[in-house]
Amino acid sequence: MVLFVVFALIAIVAAVGVIISRRPIYSALFLLLNFASLAALYIMLQAQFLAAVQVIVYGGAIVVLFLFVVMLLGGGELNDIRDTNRPFLQRFGWQRFVAVGLGVLMVAGLGYGLVTGELSAVQGDPAAFGQGSVQAIGSVLYTDYLLPFELASVLLLVGMIGAVVLARPPE
Amino acid sequence: MDWINLVLIPGIKSVILVVVLLTGFAYATWLERKLIGRFQLRLGPNRAWPFGLGHPIADALKMIFKEEIIPARADKLLYVIAPALAIAPALLIFAVVPVGPGITLFGQTISLQVADVNIGFLWVLAVASVGVYGVILGGWASNNKYSLLGALRTSAQMLSYELPMGILLIALLLTTTLGTADGFGTLSLNQIVQMDRPWWLWLWIWIAFPFFFITMLAETSRKPFDFPETENELVAGFQTEYGSIKFALFYMTEYLHIIGACGVAVSVFFGGWRGPFVEQVPILGPLYFAGKIIALIFLFIWASASVPRPRYDQLLKFCWTWLFPVSLIYLAITAVIVTLA
Repeated sequence: MVLFVVFALIAIVAAVGVIISRRPIYSALFLLLNFASLAALYIMLQAQFLAAVQVIVYGGAIVVLFLFVVMLLGGGELNDIRDTNRPFLQRFGWQRFVAVGLGVLMVAGLGYGLVTGELSAVQGDPAAFGQGSVQAIGSVLYTDYLLPFELASVLLLVGMIGAVVLARPPE
Repeated sequence: MDWINLVLIPGIKSVILVVVLLTGFAYATWLERKLIGRFQLRLGPNRAWPFGLGHPIADALKMIFKEEIIPARADKLLYVIAPALAIAPALLIFAVVPVGPGITLFGQTISLQVADVNIGFLWVLAVASVGVYGVILGGWASNNKYSLLGALRTSAQMLSYELPMGILLIALLLTTTLGTADGFGTLSLNQIVQMDRPWWLWLWIWIAFPFFFITMLAETSRKPFDFPETENELVAGFQTEYGSIKFALFYMTEYLHIIGACGVAVSVFFGGWRGPFVEQVPILGPLYFAGKIIALIFLFIWASASVPRPRYDQLLKFCWTWLFPVSLIYLAITAVIVTLA
């Protein structure tokens, strides 16, 4: 329990570090620290499979790509964002309010789940976590949650096609 | 009693593992220099002690006592952390590799594996994918364009070759469903080593080994795929600005990656510690295991001595347009075989 709190605090501090870091590369590294402490939290919840996948996907692939991009762009220090990047921020007028609204919605949803106990119900469920977690997750994913699972893959495909379209040279 | 099982035994096992790995590293460099010498019709190191066996110790002492330099414009924190970030995952990979059958000591059965976690397979993938950070950060923090290019090359190379490697490992995981009683398969390397699978399945598994070996060469950045350091293009790549013990740590990481990759490959493809009479004499297990690893390391050195280095774009093109589709086809055929069997 003590360790859980420690890792949760590390995760929060790292998440704050992502936002307030001046250098993009430190932001990416704080993100890595955040993902790593989340993986530690998963292990303490007996969800070893989730922890391993967290490290493989987020730690091993996504943050590496972030670092790759940051290095390609130079990775210099961000100047005072309020002065030099004002035109950039002005392009996001209404989007900022939408983002705040969505964030509030997410916090409300999480809070609702925690208060009603629907989110904490699976804690300690031997079928979902523990020794057989890989088998349990696999069988649930390919039976009960097959449609959301396939939809998620379609979503990823859309992302890939979008990236190809954006990166294509103009004709 | 509990703390003996939870703390003392894993602690002792870890210490032994680290000592053995570091000694293995030192003599892997010796083996490489000796073998490369022979491949090139030279004698190789032969000054210190018979057969040059003292060279690794002399090298280690030299590395430790060299002056440490931190470049003035480097990012000091990341520059110092990077070698540690590189070597820790390299040492951690071996934690899940079983080096022998359980032995009985003082009335207790001790498994010759630091951690028998049921996600051993994923552990290997996770630790291997995190290992790239040391190189990337080291190259970036040095504030040197050659280092940066080396770091960029590392990240692209690692990400690309992780795909075929992961897909080949998924295919091998599928074959474990034929070896477990409940038909679910397993992710534990210990169980994978111990399970019995039909001989024709082994033949099919070995077909994957050449492809897996190519991805191993790329993931460990070994010649002919040593693009992070390509000495004739990038001076020494990501480690150009490193000297003294920090350079030694990067050097160690390279060899520990080789030993770790060989340990995993031996467990997955060649039955780990298994061999004749190992049930009667358990102590033979680690010897077989070491023998198989040394044979694979020899293969690594052989490849580095005899295959020229391609161009970097050829490396990536080869991965995405040939190796990746081939591994997907292999996965599909394996799925058919496993379903029909």
